[in-house]
Parts: sequence; structure tokens; C-alpha cells
Amino acid sequence: MKIIDYGILIPLNYPERLKRRTIMLKGRSLIDPMDFTLEELDEILNLAQDIVKNEKNYSKICEGFLMGSLFFEPSTRTRLSFEAAMARLGGKTIGFSEPGSSSVSKGECLSDTIRTVACYTDLIVMRHPKEGAPKIGEEYSEVPLINAGDGGHHHPTQTLTDLLTIKSLKGNLSNLTIGLCGDLKFGRTVHSLIKTLSRYENNKFILISPKELRIPDYIRKEVLDKRGIEYKEVESFNGVMEKLDILYMTRVQRERFFNEEEYLRLKDRFILDADKLTAAKSDMIILHPLPRVNEIAHEVDKDSRAAYFKQAKYGMYVRMALIAKLLGVK
Amino acid sequence: MLNIDTIKNGLVIDHIMAGCGYKIFNYLGLDKADFQVALIMNVKSDKLKEKDIIKIDNVIDIDYKVLGLIDPDITINVIEDEKIVKKIRLTLPETVENIIKCKNPRCITSVEKDAPHIFHLVNENTKEYRCEYCDEIVTFSEE
Repeated sequence: MKIIDYGILIPLNYPERLKRRTIMLKGRSLIDPMDFTLEELDEILNLAQDIVKNEKNYSKICEGFLMGSLFFEPSTRTRLSFEAAMARLGGKTIGFSEPGSSSVSKGECLSDTIRTVACYTDLIVMRHPKEGAPKIGEEYSEVPLINAGDGGHHHPTQTLTDLLTIKSLKGNLSNLTIGLCGDLKFGRTVHSLIKTLSRYENNKFILISPKELRIPDYIRKEVLDKRGIEYKEVESFNGVMEKLDILYMTRVQRERFFNEEEYLRLKDRFILDADKLTAAKSDMIILHPLPRVNEIAHEVDKDSRAAYFKQAKYGMYVRMALIAKLLGVK
Repeated sequence: MLNIDTIKNGLVIDHIMAGCGYKIFNYLGLDKADFQVALIMNVKSDKLKEKDIIKIDNVIDIDYKVLGLIDPDITINVIEDEKIVKKIRLTLPETVENIIKCKNPRCITSVEKDAPHIFHLVNENTKEYRCEYCDEIVTFSEE
């Protein structure tokens, strides 16, 4: 019955290529946060919450499975959390952590790398500096492929992390006022999070950034405007801090700028400190995809509202749930 | 008054926005045609005030998607035995492949040489298209 329900709940404008694949999560890929219906997201989050409570019950469910971890761009947190997730499920990982140690350095195209790795593994996790690379990967992969970040574009597993953190700490994913601050132009976590949270009822966004780092047009037009979502674009915390249920801070990323001067000019525009937090609600939560540089003062770590290290831990649990679902072991 | 012979079997591309005729003429490679072709520019029109027309005295294959992208208001008249047997009205294509090139230097299509450049229509009024891979929005007039 449950499976049939999923089919009925598919929105009318759901992309055709995805309609065919909505019966179950087994064998699916995750490229864009929109790839999953809200019910499917719930399925992953519920499993993740159960893993948090009963981790030992899941320690062997991926025995015999091998994950390919292809990081064409350096990453510590995402790569380690995926590898830790797979290890904690009893599975193993092979792969590379920078393109220099792969055949890409010999000039191999992405599609050939993916096709080859798919011969050896049961699941591929891929990070790539170019936007849309995982979509090409998915087209050539015979095993499920998870986008672990593509340039400034999407970072769907960070979104799952954010959703699990919000659901666990705020109790729900609707009726929230979410402030997103910092680099909203190149910050892929921000794009994925806006796209996903705007699918839940009655969420509002306050977008805090310098003019140069505002959200891209496609997010404004295709997501917020199209769905009639309430949002506001501002250039400071003044007058908005007290409205927020969630404050999502981001780092201005040096690697996304072609112009160093521009980066230096914008990098320290928003620094969250204890003083700025005096106006915030007592149950507001502060999130950050990490790593942080200067955007959250270390004094904030002691504040009970700071949830970014809990968030990092939830990231591992939600990746465990995702791997288990895509491999069909849960 | 300019007189152009009627054509026997072929196509009349009508209602081309004045100034776009030459672009379409070139796109269709008509400068190399070995049959009768006429490009008529700035013709008086009730609908457009001025329009361009291309008359092709031959049955040729045309990619209507590209013509729709250049000018969606075009009408194509298919002529057989000097009579119009079919009128084709163009619209902006929903999806185009390898016609618009993604200009986002961060897009995977900028480095993956065999990747197709696929764009989906976002807004008919503004002629905006979205890249299948990186979601960059472009308008065809930028091309």
C-alpha cells in the first residue's frame, strides 16, 4: 500500500525521467535535492533517526558492499563522513581523494572514469568542481551515484544533513523562518537547502548577503518566485535576527572566485558574534555546513543555540541512512 | 514594385522579424544553394509593419526547433504545385540540444568534450533557457 501511495503523491510537474523511478529508493541516484519526493526524504530521515537511537543494529547491514569514493576536488568533512558512514554499516570503500591520483590526470574523460568505477563498486559517491558533473556521471553509471557536491551548484547530502538536524532539533520542517547568511551566490549548500525547504509548508526565507553574493537568478525565479514563497533579501542582521527560527551561516569560499581582490573584499562582511545574537530567539538554532573561517566567532560555540557540530554528526547518520536505502538493505 | 517568381515546390518562410532574414538565410546555408532562393527584406506587413521573407524553390529539410528559437513568430508555408498545402506555425522549442552553448565556465560541458549542450525552456516571454547540467539561465538573443 505504501508503495502505491508514493506513486499517487508525485506532483504533476515532477520531471518525467523521475516519475519512472519513484517506486523505491533502491538503485536510485541522488544528484539534485529535488530527485526525491517529500515522502522519500521522510523515509531517509526516519531511518537516520532510528540509526541515531540504535546504531548497533545497523553495524553489519552493508557487509560485502563496496563504495567508490571519487573526489575530484579536495574535501575532508564530506569524504570522511561518507567513508565513516559506510564503515559503520559494515561496508568498505575504495577511491581517490584528489584527481591527481586518478586516471583523470592522464586526460581520461569523466564518463569513462565513472563507467570503469561502476564495474568495481556497488555505489559511487562523487564530488567534482564542475557544475552538473554528477548528472553526466549518473548517465554513465550502472550503480547508484550520490552527488557529494558539484562546484557551486548542489550538495544534496548536506541538505539531508541540514534536514535531519532541523527535524531533530526543531521537531519539524515546516512553518519556519530561515535566515541564510554569507555567500548565497556560490554556496551550493544554500541553493540545495532553499530548494528543499521551500517544498515544505509555510517556510519563509531571509537572505542576508552583500549584493555581489546574492542567490542566483534560477533560485529566485524558478524556486522562490514560481512557488510564491515569502522571502526578503537584506544586507545586514539589523531588524531580522529576532525573526529567525534558524540561522544558517556560510563561508565565503575562496575557491569559487576568479578574482582574489573580490574575495578579500567580501570575505569578512558577516561575522556572527555573541553581541549580534542578543536579539535572537532563545530557541533559534545556528547551523553551518563547515568548515568555518571567520564567519562565526569562537565565542558563539559556547552558546546553546550553536548546533553546527551536532549537525556534522547528523551528517554521518543521514549518509548511513542514504547508503542503506540506495543499496536496498533497509 | 519588386517581382519574385512564384515557386513550384518548396517553402516560403514568412513573417520573419525584419532583420532576422539574413540570419536564417545563413543558418540554412542558402548562400550555397544550387536552386532558386529569394531573400526579401523589409517587406510591408500588416502584422509586423515590416518583415523578411525567404522563398526556397526546393524541398529541403529544416530543423524547425532552431528556426523557432531564432524567431518563434515565423510561419512556414509548404508549397506543392504552386499552392500552399500546409502552414506550419513555429513556437519556442521546449528542449534544444547542441544549439545553445553553455557559457558558464564552471559547467561540466565546458570540459567534458562529448557532453551535449541541452537547454530547457524556462520562460516563453523572455526566451530564457536553463542548462540541463548547471542550471545556468541564458536567453537565446545572448548567443
